[in-house]
Amino acid sequence: MKYFEDIRVGDVTMTGRHTFTADEIKAFAQRFDPQLFHLDEAAAEASHFGALCASGWHTAVAWMRLMVDHRRGLVEAARTRGEPTATIGPALGLRDLKWLKPVYVGDTIDYKTVVTELRMSNSRPGFGLMTTLSSGVNQNGEPVISFISTTFVERRPEQP
Amino acid sequence: MPKLHWEDFQPGAVAIYGPRLVTREEIVAFAAEFDPQPMHLDEAAASATLLGGLGASGWHTCCLMMRIIADGFLLESSSMGAPGIEEVRWVKPLRPGTRIRVRATVLDARASKSRPEMGLAKMNFEVLDDADALVMTLITTFMLGRREVAP
Repeated sequence: MKYFEDIRVGDVTMTGRHTFTADEIKAFAQRFDPQLFHLDEAAAEASHFGALCASGWHTAVAWMRLMVDHRRGLVEAARTRGEPTATIGPALGLRDLKWLKPVYVGDTIDYKTVVTELRMSNSRPGFGLMTTLSSGVNQNGEPVISFISTTFVERRPEQP
Repeated sequence: MPKLHWEDFQPGAVAIYGPRLVTREEIVAFAAEFDPQPMHLDEAAASATLLGGLGASGWHTCCLMMRIIADGFLLESSSMGAPGIEEVRWVKPLRPGTRIRVRATVLDARASKSRPEMGLAKMNFEVLDDADALVMTLITTFMLGRREVAP
């Protein structure tokens, strides 16, 4: 992960893609969001969604997993080059999370994250706060999710 | 038939749901699957982070809250889902062994102009720990079916 000083507003991360299967949609819903339109095909068809669709939380955490995997790749690459890497997280929160369209069985969501704001942290002098806009589009190019989140990113240690 | 309709969500109403014990095993299992950052997976690694020790992924807290309110009232309501979340604040780390509860407050309720069969209820959810300290707050607006009007 880049240090806070090396991040610029407008930096884009192509976070990755995830395809939602019926089995995982139902398994997630069973654990965390057992509303019938996320669990049962027939009930979903009779609902306003018209077909089985993923819990909105499922669509969100799929982004998180892809982002963590992406960062892990960056950290490993930097280690191979013998470069230090910054720690990131935790996040303070998020806002304006929008579930714009249902994610149906077999949909592939392509996620990306753009840096929208950078500021110093008053409470944690060794860290900055990075705000990003993350979004996902389905295989038809239709936006399905977007949200803004803010997280701590380590600043470059001062040289001795 | 759902027991609760939009008309049952009156501004100012407060209810508490839970408790739900959050174990170390489930914190680590959720993180391994959805948010495998060291601060959610491993005590020693977590101690070196701003979290200051193992704590649940913030997304996990959201999902636990979702399950608590689903069991608490949503599954017996005419919920048509939520178009989004206005705001989530992760106020303090959720540690293993915490028994969480959710305090739900109806902030606002209004009928839908475009869809007479539904209404909107804006809710503030507060996830509380054993000592009633705030772990997370979340504001969202539900779409709910309206009670059928007698002809």
